[in-house]
Amino acid sequence: GTQVKDVVIKPEAPNTLLLDKHADYIAAYGSKKDDYEYTLSEYLRMSGIYWGLTVMDLMGQLSRMNREEIIEFIKSCQHDCGGISASTGHDPHLLYTLSAVQILSLYDSINVIDVDKVVDYVKGLQQEDGSFAGDKWGEIDTRFSFCAVATLALLGKLDVINMDKAVGFVLSCMNFDGGFGCRPGSESHAGQIYCCTGFLSITGQLHQVNADLLGWWLCERQLPSGGLNGRPEKLPDVCYSWWVLASLKIIGRIHWIDKAKLRSFILACQDEETGGFADRPGDMVDPFHTLFGVAGLSLLGDEQIKPVNPVFCMPEDVLQRIGLQPDFQPSNRGKLSSSTNDWHTV
Amino acid sequence: MHSKRLKKIEPKQFYNLMCLFFYFRDRKEWADLEPVPQDDGPNPVVKIAYSEKFTDVFDMFRALLKNDEKSERAFALTAEAIELNAANYTVWHYRRVLLQALDKDLREEMKYITAIIEDQPKNYQVWHHRRMVVEWLNDPSEELQFVAEILSQDAKNYHAWQHRQWVMQEYKLWDGELEYVEELLEEDVRNNSAWNQRHFVISHTRGYSDSAILEREVQYTLKQIKKAPHNESAWNYLNGILQDGGLSSYPGLLEQVTELQDTCSSPYLTAFLVDLYEDALETNSSSYDQQETLNKALELCKLLAEEKDTIRREYWNYVSRSLQNTYGSGDPVASSSDPPPPSSSQQPDTEPSDP
Repeated sequence: GTQVKDVVIKPEAPNTLLLDKHADYIAAYGSKKDDYEYTLSEYLRMSGIYWGLTVMDLMGQLSRMNREEIIEFIKSCQHDCGGISASTGHDPHLLYTLSAVQILSLYDSINVIDVDKVVDYVKGLQQEDGSFAGDKWGEIDTRFSFCAVATLALLGKLDVINMDKAVGFVLSCMNFDGGFGCRPGSESHAGQIYCCTGFLSITGQLHQVNADLLGWWLCERQLPSGGLNGRPEKLPDVCYSWWVLASLKIIGRIHWIDKAKLRSFILACQDEETGGFADRPGDMVDPFHTLFGVAGLSLLGDEQIKPVNPVFCMPEDVLQRIGLQPDFQPSNRGKLSSSTNDWHTV
Repeated sequence: MHSKRLKKIEPKQFYNLMCLFFYFRDRKEWADLEPVPQDDGPNPVVKIAYSEKFTDVFDMFRALLKNDEKSERAFALTAEAIELNAANYTVWHYRRVLLQALDKDLREEMKYITAIIEDQPKNYQVWHHRRMVVEWLNDPSEELQFVAEILSQDAKNYHAWQHRQWVMQEYKLWDGELEYVEELLEEDVRNNSAWNQRHFVISHTRGYSDSAILEREVQYTLKQIKKAPHNESAWNYLNGILQDGGLSSYPGLLEQVTELQDTCSSPYLTAFLVDLYEDALETNSSSYDQQETLNKALELCKLLAEEKDTIRREYWNYVSRSLQNTYGSGDPVASSSDPPPPSSSQQPDTEPSDP
């Protein structure tokens, strides 16, 4: 049969951007009645804070968040090995180390932690084959390759790792359909593709991607509803508006998506009462999907939102302040090539 | 990077909380430990209201961590903590430390892990934990059957497939996998994970450079396409395995695909023909009239952009312009949103060289 797995957007779904509601939602998050769920997500608190702060900054509302408390919190999460944990009393992990460095970059306060130790921690997680483990227990995933180089790029220390091997490992995860998985042989998945294209952008290796083939696979994620899924025959999810869209932007093919249809899907994922975005229309909202909904809209060109960097998922002005921007590359910060920029001169 | 979203509280969890629970802080065997409350700093980022049981268990957990206690009661507590929040990776770490320090029975642990995965099959931590224990035991004998079980509940579970691939590669367990993949494709011919697995198995065994294997795969895929022509995975697979050899030169392929056009229309079929014609043009194949092939390709691109796949009209217009610019005889066609016409399908390297 030809039945396509998709959602149907109801006519009464939201179709305007409710930025004020989203800002109120994030500002109040954690202090409301859904406390049990907030507690359950303690194991990812550092990322949760990064999602909240980034979306607030994109909406021009960063000042509503408590900078001093957050900075103190991050200081308390750095361990002796240099790695940073999701919360106090949790073990360090590369995922939360990146989130912490991203937050401190937003706040221009990177030196409140021991930067050299962070660099040592990241370097120590690189394996013989060039891959990166997430922590001392050794889980390997291209997500961690991305976390490693993104962290080091933000700190200006990309030169400490074995770059050739790191690149070699990521390229070994490229599949027959042009996509990337979490390890060599793993199925292509939009989240992993985002990590790998981001990685290749930072390391100046985007030319190794088959941009037409991958761009085709990525634009095939768009379903009749306008939403994007993460791999064939899956339902659309607003977070894929980020993973897929950012990947397309990085390889210079973002115009292959029907922008109007995607925008209406993203807007339909808003909750008019509570604020925030859910994975798909009608579901429960959370900060994760709120960030990626807003960031996706920014990539689509919404002028009410600050421009977002497709590699780091941070406001472009923050990266400019740090000195990480397309076509401007101090040597240790690697190369951010967002390949769209030159073509308007053709 | 986190695929987890906050779930609504399951009925089972509510029941757990509402039930009479003998708090650890009241148990005499735990009386020597001082519970350590969560410390969010002098002014917590947000006020948190914990449920009583959650607070009790995790306060005790923090006490154990603080004292670096390695005991049976600590081990028992990790199970309580995991039940309340299986995504808490620090608890899993601690459990592994205890498994080794207390020299626990790893086969019992495998049973425990199985139960957790069946309940929460999309949890990263428990799958990684399983892999570690399998490595410690150096015994993969149950793994393929276990993963098949999990896949029978959700045939696309990404974690399950990663685990399966790891087991097969690590312990060289390739036998019977192709048959297993075929079973899954019988059940759901659109299962992209199964198509990926097919590629995985063959790449690691006889490989596609064996022409008998390649032919078998081409025919198998065409057969699946006949059953369900609107199947992205099958078309991607067909394209993928023929990339090296080239679509236009594969004997009989154009005929077989054009024949399919009569009975099963699908934008994927049309897209495949465009790719095939493009390959004929690129290789300057003598079996094809270049001008006619170009015209056919352009016609199909137009059909896709205007009728069959309008949501991706930008892509089809790009392909059309690229073909015209590369193989046409007229003036170059441009669009401000296109990259420069490629000489290969790679994008141009726009990066400055290293300082």
